[in-house]
Amino acid sequence: MAILVWIEQHEGQAVSNCWELLARAKELGGELGADAAALLIGSDTGEAAQQAFAYGADRVLAANAPTLEHFRLQPFAAVAEQAVERTAAIAFLTNASIRGGVLAATVACRRSAGIAANATDLKVEEGRLLAARTIYSGNIHAEIQFESSLAVASVRPRSFPMPAPRDATGTVEDLNVGPNEDEVRQKISEFRATDTGEVSLTDAHIIVSGGRGVAEDPPKGFELVGELASTLGAALGASRAAVDAGYIPYKHQVGQTGKTVRPDLYIACGISGAIQHLAGMGNSKIIVAINKDPDAPIFQRAKYGIVDDLFKTVPALTAEFSKRLK
Amino acid sequence: MNVAVLIKQTPDTAELPRVTVAEAQSGQLQATMVINPWDEFAVEEAIDLSDRFGCETVAISMGREGETDALKHALAMGVDSAVHVDERVIDGGDEWATAEALAAAVKKVDTGEEVELVLAGKMSVDGNSSVIYAGVACKLGWDLLVNVTRIVDIVDGKLIAEQAFEGGQETVEVPLPVVISVAKEINEPRYPSFMGIRKASRASIPTLGRDDLEIRPSSTTRWTDLNKPEPEDVQVRIFDGASVEEKVAQLADALMAEKVI
Repeated sequence: MAILVWIEQHEGQAVSNCWELLARAKELGGELGADAAALLIGSDTGEAAQQAFAYGADRVLAANAPTLEHFRLQPFAAVAEQAVERTAAIAFLTNASIRGGVLAATVACRRSAGIAANATDLKVEEGRLLAARTIYSGNIHAEIQFESSLAVASVRPRSFPMPAPRDATGTVEDLNVGPNEDEVRQKISEFRATDTGEVSLTDAHIIVSGGRGVAEDPPKGFELVGELASTLGAALGASRAAVDAGYIPYKHQVGQTGKTVRPDLYIACGISGAIQHLAGMGNSKIIVAINKDPDAPIFQRAKYGIVDDLFKTVPALTAEFSKRLK
Repeated sequence: MNVAVLIKQTPDTAELPRVTVAEAQSGQLQATMVINPWDEFAVEEAIDLSDRFGCETVAISMGREGETDALKHALAMGVDSAVHVDERVIDGGDEWATAEALAAAVKKVDTGEEVELVLAGKMSVDGNSSVIYAGVACKLGWDLLVNVTRIVDIVDGKLIAEQAFEGGQETVEVPLPVVISVAKEINEPRYPSFMGIRKASRASIPTLGRDDLEIRPSSTTRWTDLNKPEPEDVQVRIFDGASVEEKVAQLADALMAEKVI
């Protein structure tokens, strides 16, 4: 019996949020009498498979083949289903990324299992696994009880603390690698890695975002916001207003129609705080607002604020932190 | 090859914060209901494909009896026809029952030629699960592409598309039939024209009900303990000072003390 966790990989590297999930699976497994099992699917799973032991896996299963180099749903779902069977899994968990979400949904549907998508918590009560998630874009919170023998969840990044690796190794169990290349219907003709070196919004501990407040000089405004972000090792975010105005690409958008984030620190520069924006970042631990309008709604959700021009405040803050973080 | 687009009627995003627990439980909302904003991208793409490849388009939406405003919006934007699926066919069932009903509707709609492409938005602003289109692909036994940013071509029974994911972008080729969820980057949804709105208001929208679709009951989860998270009552601390340097120094002190930096 096991709680099976898919360890997503990008270019061979494990996605670190998956270790948060694996460590949580270990705790839940302890309460339910189940092993924490890690599942790796790829063309180069060796290093990540050993890391899985270090992050607490009792068992590690891997399917290694050239056909599995890039994520394709058909072979990946086939391997995942096989791992569910092999480990007699009571739960199958994935990171709530684009691929993790679709893999969880497909495995759940094929096995007529209940799913908690984009879950924010997993716990055991009275010997049963429960998941928490929000609906209505963060405005209603719900707990989900599973009625199926397999429980499936895709879990939002940063839902659990990042574990420290321990000194552990083990023997990886090989899985059947699934269909041959000529049986895989999807063919990937071109693959481009993007965003290399950027801190991802959903993983970030700190996010610095810019909004309509940069309007008097958008390139300069986002340059200043970007400098503060890089000084703090933070991800760069933006409001919809800034994205729609063409100041910055959509991938930076936080909010209802962008990304949902919950960093430890969210610094909103020149963002008024429309409810659609708050829906995407309202669960940040500490919100700081920098805005020259003292009546901006963002101040109702912020813990700290500065009422001033961002073109003066942001570079001053960058200078202050550069000094302190030296 | 014809195209079906799956859409949902959801609360206006500005009214989502006012949704109550009682409303979430009953599903009867006071909010203004509109087409799910993510689905507009799927509708726009369907219309665009019909211009490019001469296919027929049909919008399908499951909802309460008479809940057809989202379908009318899709018609006004320019899809050829619309079909409503009475939500009673799933008898309060789960995501997989919904997916089965929508898959059955895709098979049932009469657009002349067979539907070989199903488009969907990336998620609904009420359910927030992004699993229904995956379930539809699974129930139909079709391939699935997600977060598609561009449909490059459809040629010789194959579809070529670009899909984005965290940290990358790829071009993928897949034989039809296929289910696709579209990303925001794929297009700019049009506003319905005046003529479109007039046409939509006169269109007849057939309903598929229990007599038309036979759905196996599925109830794999139970929702317990719905509650409304109240935003923490944080009192903002505004840093004052004679100069901006004084203000940021105080802010930096506070953030260092919080140990978030």
